[in-house]
Amino acid sequence: MTDATTPSAPGITPVSGKGSLLVQDARTRKRNAAEARFKAYGIAAITVGMLMLLILVFNILTRGVGAFQQTFVTLEVQLLEEKLDKKGNRNIEDLKKVSTFGYAPLLRGAFETEIARMGIETDLKPKAMAGLLSAGAPAQLRNLVLSDPDVIGTVQQFEFLASSRVDGYLKGRVSRDSIANDKNISAEQLDLVDHLVTAGAIKKRFNLDFITGADSSDARPEAAGMGVSMLGSFFMMLVVLVLALPIGVAASIYLEEFAPKNWLTDIIEVNISNLAAVPSIVFGILGLAVFINYMHLPTSAPLVGGLVLTLMTLPTIIISTRASLKAVPPSIRDAALGVGASKMQSVFHHVLPLAAPGILTGTIIGLAQALGETAPLLLIGMVGFIASNPPDSIASGLLDPNSAMPAQIYEWAKRADPAFYERAWGGIIILLLFLITMNTIAVILRRRFERRW
Amino acid sequence: MNDMRILERDVETNAIKIAAKGVQVFYGDTHAIKDVDVDIQDKTVTAFIGPSGCGKSTFLRCINRMNDTIDVARVQGDIRIDGEDIYDRKVDPVQLRAKVGMVFQKPNPFPKSIYDNVAYGPRIHGLARNKSELDDIVERALRNAAIWNEVKDRLNAPGTGLSGGQQQRLCIARAVATEPEVLLMDEPCSALDPIATAQVEELIDELRQNYSVVIVTHSMQQAARVSQKTAFFHLGSLVEYGETGQIFTNPEDPRTESYITGRIG
Ligand SMILES: Nc1ncnc2c1ncn2[C@@H]1O[C@H](COP(=O)(O)OP(=O)(O)O)[C@@H](O)[C@H]1O
Ligand SMILES: [Mg+2]
Repeated sequence: MTDATTPSAPGITPVSGKGSLLVQDARTRKRNAAEARFKAYGIAAITVGMLMLLILVFNILTRGVGAFQQTFVTLEVQLLEEKLDKKGNRNIEDLKKVSTFGYAPLLRGAFETEIARMGIETDLKPKAMAGLLSAGAPAQLRNLVLSDPDVIGTVQQFEFLASSRVDGYLKGRVSRDSIANDKNISAEQLDLVDHLVTAGAIKKRFNLDFITGADSSDARPEAAGMGVSMLGSFFMMLVVLVLALPIGVAASIYLEEFAPKNWLTDIIEVNISNLAAVPSIVFGILGLAVFINYMHLPTSAPLVGGLVLTLMTLPTIIISTRASLKAVPPSIRDAALGVGASKMQSVFHHVLPLAAPGILTGTIIGLAQALGETAPLLLIGMVGFIASNPPDSIASGLLDPNSAMPAQIYEWAKRADPAFYERAWGGIIILLLFLITMNTIAVILRRRFERRW
Repeated sequence: MNDMRILERDVETNAIKIAAKGVQVFYGDTHAIKDVDVDIQDKTVTAFIGPSGCGKSTFLRCINRMNDTIDVARVQGDIRIDGEDIYDRKVDPVQLRAKVGMVFQKPNPFPKSIYDNVAYGPRIHGLARNKSELDDIVERALRNAAIWNEVKDRLNAPGTGLSGGQQQRLCIARAVATEPEVLLMDEPCSALDPIATAQVEELIDELRQNYSVVIVTHSMQQAARVSQKTAFFHLGSLVEYGETGQIFTNPEDPRTESYITGRIG
């Protein structure tokens, strides 16, 4: 290195006729240019991809975050005995006879007193004032009274959901211009909302019910939640896990470790790969034909959804399980057989534990796929079903009609009211959080247990 | 070749442990072993030498029926251990492999603890009635494999974390833990450095006291150093079989001579 730095040292003549190494020849220049171009293409492709992802995430977040907040109206309501319990004996059967219509006047009265107390001037009739509340507000009153009859005759503070228009007004979705033809709300009502916001009676806050609650009817978007459809998805995933994992792993172990390699196993192998590529709607119609029309399982039930998704997930699990079994070096099998383990012992004591992280990764990815699947649910009636009550047992979770997260999102996106549209985006955030969590677990498992031998 | 040391050793004739007659092995259409007859003695180290691809491993794997695990392999002929035909239909290969242990070319410890590596065989064969008996077996096996002192303080460390030579001695310990009668070794030193090789070779010489050891090696020096009997294979045939000293100093067959002098292989 030290004495060879001068290229034109005396006595050294260039040996080859290829010219100086300090000057790039035409070929080298061309090759380098091609390489630089290729790198630029790659970087451009990645940039475009990242940009798309950013736009997507930004869109989802800006549109969906609103769904996690909801507008509430705080009111003090006098629970008048003469309206709710005319006999005055607090008999629960008599109390039940008063329907939600019987409670509506209490809300009007509450508004009147409240507004008078605050000194707000308005021409609105009490009925229009109560229109600021969700249609479910009287039911909220009634539920409290039925659960605790002693509150009759007292004044209680309530936090009611505001109607979806009021909520939209606070979130900027509804404006005085946009309600020109809207029968559900008027400009005067919005004026009142402004007053109540200043007075602190109307507030926007985090709404847990969106995550845990049930879907609602078309008229009450403000009350709709993901909770019950989340349970529907949970029970479907339970079915998929309980069926697809053992069946898939057993099938893979048999095919990979025990089955003779002949034309029959070749055909099976090709068909499993083909099944993985079958569109999910095909599995849906298969489920409709076999599980519902032939086996007479209930429609819209998570059990059926789970069975259909099991069919869909099995190939994924089998393919990834076989790949991870193949990745276990044969020397481990030899070692086990060499000390006198049987084939089955060598598989269950050594090969399977080593393949387990790969199997789990494949299973989680398969489950994540199944979790986001909508098309097959369409055919077995899980889309469009409004599940208003959470299941109360495992059996009812499996057999009672329910929806699922992606089906719920689709259903909301389909409804006309823009308030539902916001909830669809919110639902997408929840679904994506689940998927990201599952995929992260899969990646961590893969990283952590990669090639331990 | 010039550093080859051929020790004058007293080769006492022991009882015959393994008797092979007319053994043929086919891999599909490949005829890998052609009509091999060989008698392997008890408490002796027998070396199989020969150029690569001549069928040494194949023949070794016939002795514990590891070839059964290869779909295309077919074995014909007669191999007896203690007079019993190991290819008899009544023989369960799993039971056979407990009696005929094997050490492979590449050290292949289980990705488990050192203890579990050695204890695995005794566990599945029910050799220990309780934990302390198992501990004894593990210690004895590790001592037999001359690795006890190096690992006694870290029996719960993973076996895969040892050096190559230690791993191979761990594999030997694992093989002897099931108390086999025959120990098959397929190029046990080919993945090891010279120091580890020397340790394993020393160990093989000690193992001879209790076992019938068959070792495949492509290193003639190694065969000369550790074995009492040597079999030379060429193109699937057993060319010459005899006392190691005899084979290396005074081979009968010209092919053996050219291999030993480095002209083939
Ligand atoms: N699993 C196998 N399938 C097909 N042919 C094999 C297999 N194993 C070995 N052979 C063939 O058998 C012959 C002997 O191989 P092998 O016993 O491994 O030789 P060696 O151990 O002496 O190098 C070789 O020609 C090899 O190609
Ligand atoms: Mg070999």
